[in-house]
Amino acid sequence: MSKLKQRKDRPTIGQVMDEAGVGRRQFMKYCAGMTALMAMPPMATTAFAKQLRAARRPSVIYMPFQECTGCLESLTRSFAPSLESLIFDTISLDYNHTLQAAAGHAAEEARLEAMEENWGEYILIVDGSIPTKLNGMYGVSESHTFMEQLEQTAEGAAAIVAVGVCAAYGGVGAAYPNPTGAVGVADLIKNKPVINVPGCPPIPEVMTGTLVSFLANGVPDLDAHLRPRAFFGNTIHDRCYRRRFYDRGLFAKSFDDEGARNGWCLYELGCRGPTTYNACATIKWNGGAGWPVESGHGCIGCSEPGFWDQGGFYEPVTAKLFTERGESIAAAAAGVAVGAAAGLASKARKKKLASETE
Amino acid sequence: MSILEFSRGPMLHFALLVFVFGVLWRLVAVLMLGFRKRYSEERNSNDKALMVGGATCGLRSWPHKEFIGRTAFGEAVGYGYHIGLFTIVLLGGPHVIFWQNLFGFSAPWWPTLPGGLITVVSVLTVILMLIATIRRYMHRPLRQISNFDDYFTLAILYAIMISGLWAVLGGPGRYEYILAAHIISFNLLLIWFPFGKLMHAFYIFPARFVNGYLHAKKGAAT
Repeated sequence: MSKLKQRKDRPTIGQVMDEAGVGRRQFMKYCAGMTALMAMPPMATTAFAKQLRAARRPSVIYMPFQECTGCLESLTRSFAPSLESLIFDTISLDYNHTLQAAAGHAAEEARLEAMEENWGEYILIVDGSIPTKLNGMYGVSESHTFMEQLEQTAEGAAAIVAVGVCAAYGGVGAAYPNPTGAVGVADLIKNKPVINVPGCPPIPEVMTGTLVSFLANGVPDLDAHLRPRAFFGNTIHDRCYRRRFYDRGLFAKSFDDEGARNGWCLYELGCRGPTTYNACATIKWNGGAGWPVESGHGCIGCSEPGFWDQGGFYEPVTAKLFTERGESIAAAAAGVAVGAAAGLASKARKKKLASETE
Repeated sequence: MSILEFSRGPMLHFALLVFVFGVLWRLVAVLMLGFRKRYSEERNSNDKALMVGGATCGLRSWPHKEFIGRTAFGEAVGYGYHIGLFTIVLLGGPHVIFWQNLFGFSAPWWPTLPGGLITVVSVLTVILMLIATIRRYMHRPLRQISNFDDYFTLAILYAIMISGLWAVLGGPGRYEYILAAHIISFNLLLIWFPFGKLMHAFYIFPARFVNGYLHAKKGAAT
């Protein structure tokens, strides 16, 4: 009962912002930025701001599994909102291996305490894939497998945000031959809303934007791969500034030819833009400073399921996805053998017919 | 596995295996049939007969002057869409990359045409194919000799052409599904190729050559 009261007493985001001296103009500017990021109409800003102000500052548990910390590195480079404002104004980050001072047993205690205090209301952020082979023994922490930890922590979560392509779809861990049996969160957790924010790493503003959107409006509209449509609704190709060159059939043939120097389309150099849904071309990276295609490299499709197994990064999206050649030789040999047998059978029949005629 | 992954991976692999197996089966079986015994006296030497065989390949590719009035339109349409298909398949940028990737070689000398030009050629090819289909249906003798093979082959070709144009022109729908539909149609073509009329791609010139050769041996005009 006291814990429930404790939760109800927790300040709203509006109260926290008022205490921190964040002015109305600054808050509205922030909300306008967020609604624009999510491609919401300008009139939605007021409603978004109202809902965000009224939302209680949520507890967030950030669990890293089979990962490289790249997603967290990316998140800490978010410009709008910055991680500082996100942690101190919008969310209460109660558990994260990398950022928290506590370690080992004390860190796990903090997680269990946060779970207990915020049961049913906290947001669980997962970073990294979850190994499932050998009952999950490829990933163990504090004597518990990652599978157990995820299942335990997911039980009391209001929603789970899987950040990075590893947490979303298995990522590099699940790449062929997937030695650890790595899977994404949604493959294991079926009874909680899972929001995927894939990428390698995801765009920081997309990660923070998804969290803020969840706080204001609940689970956002998701696509078939559980990605928020606001950020993953269009392909890179649809929003690419090089698209006009694709439409005109002007392609760079190598990374140092005239086409590349003129900024022509990188489709023939393996750009995965046409089959990749992400916001890189619009939100861009490093506070809008640029993005891979602008730097002269094709998109590698890092926000798509199984992107590591889609052939070489420098092969176009129409390239074949198999390497076996021996089977073609076997098929050719079989074809010749069957053809020869058919030919011999016809010859024998002809001979028989000829002898009958004679 | 996504549908695009399936179409570019296992399905394409399977289709290629069927294609290689089927084409070699058909070719070897025909090659082993041999020739009928010729009872007539040989009217021309072997060298001359070979030359006539070679010439027949060219002569039969042109309408016979006696029938030109009646067949020229059909032949022009046929030539038109065949040239269109070859242009798209052999000179379209993404297709050239596909062949190079499939056969595992790099050929920077292989020319490609601008995408816009390929699009125009594709539209013209589809129009010519439509004319050919309508003609096949409207022309009574042609309709009588047409069967499932003819219409099924045309249907696959339409599927390839329309999905390809759709993908390039950015029609409604997700690009990966349209591209997958394009590749799946191509895979179906590969699977159907050895068992239908598409085998004419391999048979047409050897058949004409043999015909000319045998006629020359018998002293008949070709």
